[in-house]
Amino acid sequence: MKFGVVTFPGSNCDYDAFHAVVDVLGEHAVYLWHKDHDLQGVDVVILPGGFSYGDYLRAGAIARFSPIMREVAAHARRGGPVLAVCNGFQIACEAGLLPGALLRNASLSFLGQFVRVRVENIDTMFTNRYAPGQILRIPIAHGEGRFTADEDTLNRLEGEGQVAFRYVNADGRLDAESNPNGSQRAIAGIVSAEGNVMGLMPHPERAVESLVGSNDGLGIFQSMLARVSA
Amino acid sequence: MTRYRVSVHIVPRKGILDPQGKAVADALHTLGFRDVEDARIGRHIVLDVAARTPDAAGDAVRQMCERLLANPVTEDYEIARVEGLS
Repeated sequence: MKFGVVTFPGSNCDYDAFHAVVDVLGEHAVYLWHKDHDLQGVDVVILPGGFSYGDYLRAGAIARFSPIMREVAAHARRGGPVLAVCNGFQIACEAGLLPGALLRNASLSFLGQFVRVRVENIDTMFTNRYAPGQILRIPIAHGEGRFTADEDTLNRLEGEGQVAFRYVNADGRLDAESNPNGSQRAIAGIVSAEGNVMGLMPHPERAVESLVGSNDGLGIFQSMLARVSA
Repeated sequence: MTRYRVSVHIVPRKGILDPQGKAVADALHTLGFRDVEDARIGRHIVLDVAARTPDAAGDAVRQMCERLLANPVTEDYEIARVEGLS
């Protein structure tokens, strides 16, 4: 399978995503420059983490108007998978590929740490390799990760099984201390209504080798392989 | 065409947690400004635009707010001022 990792000016997790796909999964990947107009026939698009355009105005607000985003949106409309991580999640929300917005962490602090998230729905193309309710240890690194949407949107996300991951404690339960950024309903990751776009604040591409602390993120990539190859 | 200077205020929508605003309100309370009930922190953007009339300049900036300057999910905007530039 061929993955395309988009590089915006200020992206800094593009190499990590490339490494996860090529060196750990053994699949193909290409970098897609933000000014390109061609997805080079990739099966999956990854919008990586970073600080695209310096987070000017709002995180992701300017990157969404990059030329490549027109092709990414068309790919998503065709049902093509898009994995949007951290700044990628912010960009996907700004672009309207996912509902809601990511606002400044409630603590006002930038957070770089491992968190625990619970798999809320295994019936998605990004989570089918996990067990229901499985708890994953995956790092976060963001200043603006507080997922926010209006009540109707939150209810719809929950009702339609679009909440993929929630922040939990070691026992797998929700509590205020384990919700690092104050996200509404402790939402760490969601999928689009059509199920082919996933956005999440934790970095699965940084949790693919137990040598560096966790390989719990690998399941997201393996899930895509299982679904897209099938 | 005339040049106009258009000022826009963009603030977090009421009801959306604004931790910056809360921190500032708390600090003001600490300083003794006990009458402060709420503080919200947003952005003030000043744009110089060419337009035929002040209304047209305001309309243009309104479109800019809808498409880029404000996030319709979380923010409200208000054209605060339109002034002609000589």
